[in-house]
Order: sequence, then C-alpha cells, then structure tokens
Amino acid sequence: MKNIVLEAKNLTYEYPGDEDTPAVKAVQDVSFAIEEGSFTAILGHNGSGKSTLAKLLCMIYAPTGGQILLNGKNMSAEDVTEADIMEARREIGMVFQNPDNQIVATVVEEDVAFGCENLGIPPAEIRRRVDEALDIVGMTRYARHAPHKLSGGQKQRVAIAGTIAMKRKIIIFDESTAMLDPLGRKEVMDTILRLNREDGITVLMITHYMNEAAMADRIIVMNKGQILDDGTPGEVFSRPEPLWKVGLDVPQTTELLYKLKKDGYDVPLDVFDPEICAKIIARALERGRS
Amino acid sequence: MKSDIAFGQYCEGDSLLHRLDPRAKIILAVLYIVVIFLAKSAASFGLLLLFSAALVGVSGISPRIVLGSMKALTFIIIFTAVINIFWMQGEVLLFALGPVKVYLEGIINAVLIVLRIMLLLVCTSMLLTYTTTPIALTDGIEQLLAPLNKLHVPVHEFAMMMSIALRFIPTLIEETEKIMNAQKARGADFSEGSLLQRAKALIPILVPLFVSAFRRADELATAMECRCYTGGAGRTRMNVLRYDWKDFAAIGVVVLLGAAVVVLNILVPGIGLAM
Repeated sequence: MKNIVLEAKNLTYEYPGDEDTPAVKAVQDVSFAIEEGSFTAILGHNGSGKSTLAKLLCMIYAPTGGQILLNGKNMSAEDVTEADIMEARREIGMVFQNPDNQIVATVVEEDVAFGCENLGIPPAEIRRRVDEALDIVGMTRYARHAPHKLSGGQKQRVAIAGTIAMKRKIIIFDESTAMLDPLGRKEVMDTILRLNREDGITVLMITHYMNEAAMADRIIVMNKGQILDDGTPGEVFSRPEPLWKVGLDVPQTTELLYKLKKDGYDVPLDVFDPEICAKIIARALERGRS
Repeated sequence: MKSDIAFGQYCEGDSLLHRLDPRAKIILAVLYIVVIFLAKSAASFGLLLLFSAALVGVSGISPRIVLGSMKALTFIIIFTAVINIFWMQGEVLLFALGPVKVYLEGIINAVLIVLRIMLLLVCTSMLLTYTTTPIALTDGIEQLLAPLNKLHVPVHEFAMMMSIALRFIPTLIEETEKIMNAQKARGADFSEGSLLQRAKALIPILVPLFVSAFRRADELATAMECRCYTGGAGRTRMNVLRYDWKDFAAIGVVVLLGAAVVVLNILVPGIGLAM
C-alpha cells in the first residue's frame, strides 16, 4: 500500500447561521484517505459540499468537527498555529475556479514567481523554478505577457505553474475548468493529467463534469455534504442508479452500456471511450442477447 | 478594445532611457527638477532646452507625442503667462492701457516660467511615465522607500496595493463593458438625456461593478493566502533591481548639468528671471 498523504477523518463543517438563515452543515462526517501520487476526482452537484470540502482540505476553513491529517500530522488540532498552516501550504496548493481572481502580478512570469517570493527563496533559484514551471505547463512563450490578454485556459495554466513552482506535492483543483470554453478545458485537463502521470503530483480535482471525473483513478461522489459513492470510475459508474437518484449523470457511454446490459446484452460497463464503446456494442449486437 | 489602452502613458521601446534602473530614473527626475529650478538666466534655460531635446532624441519617442502631451497643460501655461505679463512690475514700460501696464521684464518672466513648466513636464514624462512601465515604477518606489520600513511605514503593502490595482484595471474595464452591454440589452440608454439623467443611468452599472470588485478582492485575498503570502517580511524577489554603470553615468551627467546651470547663471546673467 502506498503512502497516505492526506486524510480526512469524520470531517464536518457547519456554516454558522444567524437570525435569518439557519446554520447549514455543508460537510457531514466525511472520511477518506488520499494516496501519494494518486488522481482523485470529487464529484457532486452545486451545493453538495464539494467546494467546502476543498476549502477545508486547503485549510482555508477550519473544520467544526473531525480532523484533517497532512502526512500524518493533525492539522485541525488545538495547538496548530498560523505558522504551521503556512508550513503546510508549502505542501498543498489550490487552483481556483475563476482564473482572473487568483493572478496577482501584471506579468506572467512575475505571477508564477509570486509564491516562491513569499517563501523567501533566493532569486536565482526562483528564476530556475519559474522557467521550469512555465515549460511544464507550456507557457514559456508567454512569460513576458500581461495576464489579462491571455485566454481563460492559459490563465489557469499560469495559475498551475505558480503552484508547481512552489514544488508542492498535492494540488487541489476547485472546479478549475468550470469557467472555461471546451478548448481551454482540454488544455487544463491535459496539463493536470501530465502533472499527475509524469511529475507524480497528487491531484484532487473537484468537478461536476462526468468526463473529467472519468479520467481520474478514483471518484468520490458527494451529495448533501456526505459521501454517496467512492471507487474507481469503472466501479462508480457501473452502479448508476444512486447517481441518477440524486440527479447526477454518468458518462453517455456508461449509460448506454448499462441499459444494454439491463436488456440482456453481455457488455462491460467501465468503458469511457466512445470509439471502443462503439466496437463493443457492435460485437455484442452480433452475438445477440444472451 | 478599450482594455487595450496603454495604462499610464508608457511607450514601448528599448532606448537607453528605457533600460535605466527605475530607481535611478526616479532619483534622476528629482535631481533634474532641482536643476530646472536652479536655472535663472536665459543662457542656462537654453542649455536645459538643448538637454531636454537630447533626452527626447535618446528616448526614440516621437517629439509629436511629447508636444501633444502639453495640451493638457494649456490652461496652466496661459494662466501663468497672463499673470506674469500683467502683474509684474519692472523698469522698461512697454505700453500702458489705463491701469494695465505691461513691462518688458514681465514678458521675459512669462516666457521663462512657461519654459520652466514645459521643461518640468518633458523631464518627468521622458524619465518616468513614457519610458518606465507602471509596475517598474512601483517596484522602484518600493525599493527606494524601503528604509522607511524601519519607521514602520508599510512600504511593501502600499506597493502591493498599487500593483494589484494596476493588475485589475483592465479586468474591471472589461467587466464594466460587459455590464454596460447587459444594461443596454435591457434598454438602458447612457448617451442621451440631461447630465443628471446620464449620471443616474450609471448607477445600475456601478452597483454590480462594486459588488463584483469586492467579491474579486475576497477571492484574491484567499488565493494569495493559499500561496503563502504573509506581507513583506521574509519575502524575496525574482527580479532584483541592480544599478549598473549606465545609472551612475546618468546621475553624473545630471549633476554636471546642475553645476553648468549654476555657473551659467553667474557668468552669463544677461536677461533672466527677476525672482
């Protein structure tokens, strides 16, 4: 078994209410463990508590119950100081939804350097890391550009470069593709996959896109602040009924295969590639119903 | 696109002036302003005129842009000229029209003071706004004022605020356009009606703009915190400003210029400022 880098134990978060609004439990008793180098998607509707969960994991919010363990260290203990949290943020970073609201500097490379500058790294080393990070996300050409002239996907890649320049081992993507056009979404997804596969960075991706979730090693489905399902994409999507019940879709390929199987055809369910899916269906139709 | 407007008045270029260290340029601008105020005689003004023309030449910026920038000062120039011509008392009376007397000294004074205003404008725009990006200026100011940190002046924080403001100006302009288009699509009219009506029509733009700006600020603060930002202490910079020989040479030139102006004031008094 691989190293557990991040763990949630009975994690609970309640938004405090006031006279007009009752308190809301956004995350209730959630437990899971993330392995080093894994790629986990957290899937859920708006209001399912997935973004709150991300903010808890990033220690932006302090949990009202339960614990977060980073490399085995309890980050929710009473004696955890601001300095400890800053230390933890060297390990764990977050890329947000809105690309505009996370870029600080007026020049791309300055923005990528921002995090490293905050850590007090010597200038020559920052320079090296920034060049490397820009190369990884494929934005070297735009190093001297103004961020507001880039496309949404490019801005997100700049934001990703900013967190990898800090040599973080875990990156949480909080719906980082939600505001992008299909092309930008693909750019960012490709970058995320490359980071995970080639650089061994542990990725947690919050999303409501099924196809994106299907690319992960593991999917955690959230509903009303609780975990509804947890497993590999194949496992989760091959039992679609609970997902349908809460109004979540499964990838179209799985839906089709699932219905065929129900009608008595012998087909597997964990296929997400339309081409392969088509071949499987063709073969199944030749064989006929069993 | 409105968001393409060059912010400030920076003119892209790679001249000697563009490449000077921003800190050196700020120091130079201050020194040069002092030199301009030292100039008293026509001869020293002549020298400064030549020098300013040389600055424009070196910068590679078209003189037309520089002269164009003086339009903004038309009112001040005319106002000072008129005051000097009509209120200055002198010895050589040129003509009198009832109580209004115009002296030769008044006219000389008016010309030289107008010249001084124009020199000031050319010097600051050539050294600072035209050849330095706003962000380099902010950096320069931050590092020049860094010693004030010891007196607990939050220099870094001010510089950070300044650069974030610069960063978000294009974003907010874009947002304003979007909101205006949305309001236009609902029949809002921003171009007609009395001034009051037009001002009122702006309220539905300003309110959503402010709401979104505050939300952005909040998200940006969270994002900065996530990137370990804790203020200026313990922070390093990727691009460290370094003075090199060009900067020292430039400062040397301006100091020499100041000396020359003082010498000319004494040696060639001729016609000059009466004050």
